[in-house]
Amino acid sequence: MPREAPRSAEALAAAAARRRRLERALPWLVIAAMFLLWEAAVRGFGIEPFILPAPSVIAESMATWWRPLLANAWATLLTTVAGFLLAVAFGLLLGIAIGSSVLVYRGLYPLLIGFNSVPKVAVVPVLVIWFGAGFWPAVLTAFLISFFPIVVNVATGIATVEPELRDVLRALGARERDIIAKVGLPRAMPYFFASLKVAITVAFVGSIISETVAANEGIGHLMLVASSRFDVPLVFAGLIVTGVMGVLMYWIAVTIEERTTGWATRGQNDPRLAAGG
Amino acid sequence: MATPFVRIDGVAMRYGGAEGTLALQGASLAVEEGEFVAVVGPSGCGKSTLMRLVTGLWPPTEGHVAVAGREVTGPLAIAGMAFQNPTLLPWRTILANVMLPLEVVEPHRRALRARRAEYERKARDLLRLVGLEGFEAKFPWQLSGGMQQRASLCRALVHDPRLLMLDEPFGALDVFTREDLWDVLQEVWLARRPTVILVTHDLKEAVYLADRVLIMSARPGRIIAERSVPHPRPRRLELTYEPEFQAIVHELRDRISEARRAEPADAA
Repeated sequence: MPREAPRSAEALAAAAARRRRLERALPWLVIAAMFLLWEAAVRGFGIEPFILPAPSVIAESMATWWRPLLANAWATLLTTVAGFLLAVAFGLLLGIAIGSSVLVYRGLYPLLIGFNSVPKVAVVPVLVIWFGAGFWPAVLTAFLISFFPIVVNVATGIATVEPELRDVLRALGARERDIIAKVGLPRAMPYFFASLKVAITVAFVGSIISETVAANEGIGHLMLVASSRFDVPLVFAGLIVTGVMGVLMYWIAVTIEERTTGWATRGQNDPRLAAGG
Repeated sequence: MATPFVRIDGVAMRYGGAEGTLALQGASLAVEEGEFVAVVGPSGCGKSTLMRLVTGLWPPTEGHVAVAGREVTGPLAIAGMAFQNPTLLPWRTILANVMLPLEVVEPHRRALRARRAEYERKARDLLRLVGLEGFEAKFPWQLSGGMQQRASLCRALVHDPRLLMLDEPFGALDVFTREDLWDVLQEVWLARRPTVILVTHDLKEAVYLADRVLIMSARPGRIIAERSVPHPRPRRLELTYEPEFQAIVHELRDRISEARRAEPADAA
């Protein structure tokens, strides 16, 4: 704001600041409210802990088992991130290929759709036969489940370059490679980061599915063991830890997105950038 | 006897195979080097197709296109293009947008690394010429539509094209901005004298800017008439209110109405 802004503008700015504070606090308030409601419902209706444990009971279980929870969460995080990074590399390459060539698109797309429709839980036993139980099946399941959104989004970003812009560059003698490098890829970046947010959360789904089928560590494995002992509070503790990891990774993806492709979300966060003339 | 700079001879263009839409048929025109020509016609008459043929983006179905004495067989690097949509890249600053052609077109592409300062000065000079000094570091979405179109014009000019192809560049702008940009374009043309082919549906714009106005028939399009505009340059906006000027605009309007009546209105 310029220094000579009138008082009313200051009042507006103060109101905007209050609103921003509320926006920042809101997620925490909603989470707190959910846990409180949950706690009240369990106590009020006298629900047994082996059906639905109250948050306080889950917290107790977390405190008791924090060591195995942390160790298994770490294992899950490693496999998930490994699978996710594979998906990013592969998804980018395939997305570029599909987005820039109609032939590749026509040839590969039906296969990809079919592949993506296969429930990944059904693939895990095959992966176990190939690689043995443990790390690799979890990494590969996370990879298989998360690469598809990346491919689709990168391909969309590249394939939807404005025809006029393509004409401008082609008329200058630009090769297809130039057009992809100068326009297609930068243009696909917002799509790419949007897909990363989806991909990282489903990658957790993939690795945990695999861990519940065949693994000897990881949050999925921990929840499987806990449920076989009817330790329902620990199962829920595992679920909550997974959720927290998902939110953390999502937040990292969003932060990178804001740093690199701020131009695509213009105007939403800074009204000063809007100009006339 | 010099051959014209741009020569189109009996060109036909059909989209989508033998049964496809016939956009142009028997179209012929000639443009001298340094001339400013406007092409007007009813909507859907294939004006934009003509542009893409001249720049070599598409080969004609029939006939010949020659630019600078050579048959056009592929994209022409000596042409600059601007469209109704400014199509600036939102992740690049205005200066970087204007310099985009230099990163693509030979021989500048090879020289860019070594002579970046010189090229940058050139881009800045152009931006000053169209009144965008001080906006070099801004992003396109921080500029108004008219300013974006000015930048788009700079991008079309930065590699010193001998041929400037403009496809309704001011079509999406309000009247005042449009008239401002007419003068900007005139100034640029007077300063650098490229050959200009301006496709437009605004008759006033065509008469104000061009040395010669070509009229196209309804689809399939061909050139059915032409009218030269004798007024000396630089022309001023007051000119558009003079009876002599308006008489030319009316004459063109009548010719286009005839063209539209002559063809059944089935061109979709």
